[in-house]
Amino acid sequence: MMRKFREKLPGRIFFLLALSSISVLALITVFIVVQGAPIIARVGVIDFVFGMSWAPSQGEYGIFPMIVGSLSVTLGAVVLGVPIGICCSIFLAEFAPVRLRNLFRPAIQLLAGIPSVVYGLWGLIFIVPFIRNYMGGPGLSILAGSVVLAIMILPTVISISEVSILALPPAYKEGALALGMTHWQAIRSVQLPAAKSGIVAAVILGIGRAIGETMAVIMLLGNAVALPSSILDPIRTLTTNIGIEMGYATGEHREALFATGIVLFVVIMILNSTAQTIVKRKKDQ
Amino acid sequence: MFEKGEEGRLAPGPALGPEPEPEPGPEPGPSSGSGSVLGNGINPRTRAVKLRTRAVNLYYGDYHALRDITMDIHGCTITAIIGPSGCGKSSLLRLFNRMNDLIPGVRVEGQILLDDQPITGKPTDVTMLRRRVGMVFQRPNVFPMSIYDNVVIGPRRHGVKQRLALDAIAERSLRQVALWEELKDSLKKQAMGLSPGQQQRLCIARALAVKPEIILMDESCSALDPESTMKIEGLMLELTKEYTIIIVTHNMEQARRVSDMSAFMMIDEDKVGTLVEYAPTLELFANPRHQQTEDYITGRYG
Ligand SMILES: Nc1ncnc2c1ncn2[C@@H]1O[C@H](COP(=O)(O)OP(=O)(O)OP(=O)(O)O)[C@@H](O)[C@H]1O
Ligand SMILES: [Mg+2]
Repeated sequence: MMRKFREKLPGRIFFLLALSSISVLALITVFIVVQGAPIIARVGVIDFVFGMSWAPSQGEYGIFPMIVGSLSVTLGAVVLGVPIGICCSIFLAEFAPVRLRNLFRPAIQLLAGIPSVVYGLWGLIFIVPFIRNYMGGPGLSILAGSVVLAIMILPTVISISEVSILALPPAYKEGALALGMTHWQAIRSVQLPAAKSGIVAAVILGIGRAIGETMAVIMLLGNAVALPSSILDPIRTLTTNIGIEMGYATGEHREALFATGIVLFVVIMILNSTAQTIVKRKKDQ
Repeated sequence: MFEKGEEGRLAPGPALGPEPEPEPGPEPGPSSGSGSVLGNGINPRTRAVKLRTRAVNLYYGDYHALRDITMDIHGCTITAIIGPSGCGKSSLLRLFNRMNDLIPGVRVEGQILLDDQPITGKPTDVTMLRRRVGMVFQRPNVFPMSIYDNVVIGPRRHGVKQRLALDAIAERSLRQVALWEELKDSLKKQAMGLSPGQQQRLCIARALAVKPEIILMDESCSALDPESTMKIEGLMLELTKEYTIIIVTHNMEQARRVSDMSAFMMIDEDKVGTLVEYAPTLELFANPRHQQTEDYITGRYG
């Protein structure tokens, strides 16, 4: 009796731990939805998501400019960060001598460990004045946010792409070289296509990181609630909206911030499940 | 043919292996047929020499893998390299298309000549060499793309851009491996979905698409079922009309069935791979000159 209990004990403990982490996740979801759904229902989904005016004191809750803000800053980060990240991963996986690789890898991990507020500070001191002085506008802008976010997503993009290139069977590369391809041709026409799903997953995870980032963008974007007309304009994202206003919001305003959270949640869920289906499709092949 | 002169010139060259070579020197011509003839009645040794190795030594770092390999491989023949595991068969084969270059710390001494041009040493254009000397691996390594793309990827990278030209190459190559009728309607499908036997034939087609002169096959049937093996052996016999084929095999029957010349390799007392005996297949199997060869081909080795 006692022995049987003992045998089953570890399994039960792990089950409980797993259950608790899943239930915390579920609780968070339920909490956000319960807090935010009523106001979406009252304002109407269309008016909430596509409304142009955010004026909580007048009871206007339209978050479209912030959705545009989140998407534009994220797009900027991807356009700047992904090509660099993929090139870095190719370099590390295929060209870097072992010693250089051993130097690079920890450096990139370090990049991932820097707190985002430090990135924000750095952007504020270097990027923002640079943009203000040489390109015009207030400096606090989509471009400033994109540049810093691009650097912040590099570790994700680099490490996952590199792993997916290194995970390829060496037979692909050998086969390509045996056909008389150069090393670069083998990478471009055999290895990269074969690692495509891993690289796409890396990009999507990078996007998830960029769209969810809050602190650095609060510091760099200028936080104006308006549709931007150029990448030098300031803007507000979904995350900064919550981050800035939650401290003092009450009542309906508070609910609207939770509703903003729901929208953010949905966007990130879509991105993550896309990443997962892509990775899974690769495995099924 | 120029062959006689060639042989004469090379005769005073380095000795063949550490042991005295008991074979009679280069045969003077077709007249000396000792029963060792190709299916078409020609002595393999009368074919022009395509590939020569001269006292080739190979080192992986400090490890001496091959010692003093000297052999002439004749054009439009099938040469089988046999021998126990670890004796350096794959290492030798990978010298012919410089795949050993991928291994850090590898070092080659001696000379290898393709059509009398040296292919060892720095100045060799390795990508050009690999276009002339194709390779089929032990496990089918089709790329994760469509059947069509697999076949034409080589020519595409080498500059063939026109759709029609690529289509023609795809059809010709797939016909050469007898896959065209089976696959002509599913060229867009993923190559990974084919059976292993089909995949290996596709790999041969992929190698043929770049029009090589020599095809190296390293145990290319060992992962396949007997039926696919028979098909590929049939292909080899067909292809040998135009191509020089060098195979590595652990299957004595296969060596006997398809090859014109056989090379028996062995690890010597110092654990270095050496060429023990190299002769027309019929001769080597019927009448091995070395005890080790006889032991190996009769299965008494080990
Ligand atoms: N990349 C390498 N680095 C170091 N040693 C190697 C390398 N490749 C092969 N060797 C060594 O060289 C020797 C010959 O290897 P090789 O693969 O050529 O033998 P093989 O005759 O093809 O054997 P098998 O029949 O098992 O395929 C072996 O002792 C092997 O351990
Ligand atoms: Mg081998």
